[in-house]
Amino acid sequence: MTVPRIWRKIPQYYNLIGKKCQKCNSLYFPPRDVCTHCGEINLQNYKLEGNGEIITFTVIRTPMPDPEGEIIDIPGRQIPYIIAIIKLDQGPCLTSEIVDCSPGEVKIGKKVKSVFRKIVEKGPRGVIQYGCKFKLI
Amino acid sequence: MRKVAIIGIGMTKFGNLWDRDLVSLSVEAGMKACHDANISQEEVEALYGGTMSGGLFVNQEHVAALLGDFSGLKNIPCTRVEAACASGGLALRQAYIDVASGMHDIVVAGGVEKMTDIGGAAVTKTLATAASQEWEAVYGATFPGLYAMVAKLHMHKYGTTEKQLAMCAVKNHKNAVYNPFAQFRREISVQDVLNSQKVADPLNLLDCSPITDGAASVILASEKKAKKLCKKPIWILGSGHAIDTISLHDREDITTLKATVEAAKQAYKQAKLSPKDIDCVEVHDCFTIAELCAVEDLGFCKKGESGKFIESGHTQIGGSIPVNTSGGLKAKGHPIGASGIAQVIEAVLQLRGEAKGRQVDAKIAMTHNVGGTGGTAVVHILGR
Ligand SMILES: [Zn+2]
Repeated sequence: MTVPRIWRKIPQYYNLIGKKCQKCNSLYFPPRDVCTHCGEINLQNYKLEGNGEIITFTVIRTPMPDPEGEIIDIPGRQIPYIIAIIKLDQGPCLTSEIVDCSPGEVKIGKKVKSVFRKIVEKGPRGVIQYGCKFKLI
Repeated sequence: MRKVAIIGIGMTKFGNLWDRDLVSLSVEAGMKACHDANISQEEVEALYGGTMSGGLFVNQEHVAALLGDFSGLKNIPCTRVEAACASGGLALRQAYIDVASGMHDIVVAGGVEKMTDIGGAAVTKTLATAASQEWEAVYGATFPGLYAMVAKLHMHKYGTTEKQLAMCAVKNHKNAVYNPFAQFRREISVQDVLNSQKVADPLNLLDCSPITDGAASVILASEKKAKKLCKKPIWILGSGHAIDTISLHDREDITTLKATVEAAKQAYKQAKLSPKDIDCVEVHDCFTIAELCAVEDLGFCKKGESGKFIESGHTQIGGSIPVNTSGGLKAKGHPIGASGIAQVIEAVLQLRGEAKGRQVDAKIAMTHNVGGTGGTAVVHILGR
């Protein structure tokens, strides 16, 4: 992604800043500006804790090109890598990568917590995007 | 609303057509459809064309005007419709609404995609644009990867097996042998699927639809025109269209495509029909797991039972509800924007009794076209 596109979402990518509906208390991550439960538009920033559980996952075994079409080949995302849908203990679900384990260790229902990692690096002199990945606890 | 019929169909061969471009494919399908309807292109009053990404696949936008121009459609309204892999189905729905409303009497609905001009990595990237770029793709979620997570959960919750997934691909390849327009006209075995290259667990290469070039068109007409022009009009009895969350992770049940459930509900209601009335169905099998979910979400079996349902032969030709007699996206090929229209062409062939080696006894047929991982679904019910 381009620099501004990463820059404007740094709070969300770095610190799991989601949204909380001021009317019905629903929590959102990824953040939303309209509450899908009650229709309220007054949603405020809300920091989510990084603990959660694996709802489902897969081991990606074919390469993933970055948005400019270059094959991503960085430490931490070499083939194979694991992606999962994680339900945070506070409710919202998100998609992210599971790191620091072998594919065989990952199971549906296992507990995970967020870790700060490199997400994407665009070539040797390109922009590096950081954010939250998850590891087993 | 006025009654609307399909009076003409036309499609190109689906496959890796290195010698063909976006325009020539579209024109061929359109001209074949006009010929089948026994009209000249000058009688067409409007066009709706489905294409997912002219921009990323062939660096071409403004596709509706381009294709209308080269098809000899002078100064008539031509509209591009985009809903990722559901672009074709949605183009048909827009054309249907146009004729039903009384605005026009003869309208073309088409779909096209030229996918093979860019490399496999670039195709993967383009397909992933159907998912959220900022909250899914950025973390390494590929399109097969997202469906793989649906499959993983379906297996976990309901005991569905990789063998049952593979059986969808095996059946669809078997059906495609009888479809001269299909990309892969050869049978494969369950073992072939299980032994093929691993893409994203539990999906292997032969669980995935291929990269395909192709175009498909149908001609829609008002009741009055249809009766005048056509001996075997096929009527659109019901049309449904719904969205759902763009991301899987925002869904209450990741194994249910609620957009499919809701779109089907609309179509069944309009047609005053239920799942037991459907004689054959073309479902959106971009991956084998997608066919399993579709069979459940369209109401042909209960949630979680599709694995056994498929294993016991219900979805075969000759079964209680033949699924993807054309070969489906898996074996017929999946030129993204064209797929939704090609599904309708198969339904029309079955209803006309022109499906030859793969013919089933059908009075009512259904088509089901999905965008992304179920962000969009379009369902149509057709009858003689
Ligand atoms: Zn609310």
